[in-house]
Amino acid sequence: MQLVINGQEKDLQSSGTIAQMLKELDITGSHIAVALNFQVVPRSSYDQTPLHEGDKVEIVHAVGGG
Amino acid sequence: METAVETESKLKIADTVFNSRLIVGTGKYASFEQNRQALEISGAEMITVAVRRIELDKTKESILNYIDPEKYTLLPNTAGCYSVKETVMTAQLAREAGLGNFVKVEVIGDEKTLFPDNEATLEASELLVKDGFHVMPYCTDDVVLCKKLEDVGCSAVMPLAAPIGSGLGIRNPYNIKLILEAVTVPVIVDAGVGTASDAGRAMELGVDGLLMNTAIAGAKNPLKMAQAMKLAVQSGRLAFEAGRIPKKLYATASSPIDGLIDL
Repeated sequence: MQLVINGQEKDLQSSGTIAQMLKELDITGSHIAVALNFQVVPRSSYDQTPLHEGDKVEIVHAVGGG
Repeated sequence: METAVETESKLKIADTVFNSRLIVGTGKYASFEQNRQALEISGAEMITVAVRRIELDKTKESILNYIDPEKYTLLPNTAGCYSVKETVMTAQLAREAGLGNFVKVEVIGDEKTLFPDNEATLEASELLVKDGFHVMPYCTDDVVLCKKLEDVGCSAVMPLAAPIGSGLGIRNPYNIKLILEAVTVPVIVDAGVGTASDAGRAMELGVDGLLMNTAIAGAKNPLKMAQAMKLAVQSGRLAFEAGRIPKKLYATASSPIDGLIDL
């Protein structure tokens, strides 16, 4: 399934949920957040939120800043 | 009998009490380890972080792997946002990432000066207060704006002393004093401090706290500057609470005039 993740086109093997996408991308940290098509997705719904062809996904974390 | 050491009063923002009046950023350090040490030495209990995309093909290390999350209250910022929409979404992502309920609202209005867009700052702050955040907006040193930010429910106001990263010090101490008179929420000077005397001067004006990043991270020796800033913020606050003597043009003797030997 083709997705746009953090501005990059990605072809994922898994065709399921946000939780499966994070697993495939090897993103395991607890301090991350996900937006799907410009809507913040609550952490508790990663398991139940399905992804669709062409979805725009943002995955963010904390970095150094002032 | 031992005399107790006098310490400065504590800073309270929203419902959290801080032992240190210094808030420190986590950008621009040479390494995570240097950053960790500088935070430790500074004594800061609130630290800022930014929210950015994870780089998919790189190791996903974060400053949060290096610090004890129990020790610090995080203040995620919305740095780099130019619109209300981006700002609100960045704050919501930070909260969802488990970075807490505080947010430093920073809506940039001009790329060259990094001055804030005050109208957008006010609008984003109001939306985020309604969404349950403790909002601490970075803003210009404008009395009317600071009053409006307080009115929409901000937990503090954070006027800049000089442009971000400029190190120019407190360019308009009179405006900062007027803001202190105008609002009841804590006033945190955010941005512009260059060295310890700037920090001391800001605190002597009576501001409730100071937020800095580049002044420490960009110093030749960030660890020594972290210590210098800790001491400057403490001594500046103590001097404010002590109440300085008035300035006078002429001398007044410190030693008694009576009882001089008569030659």
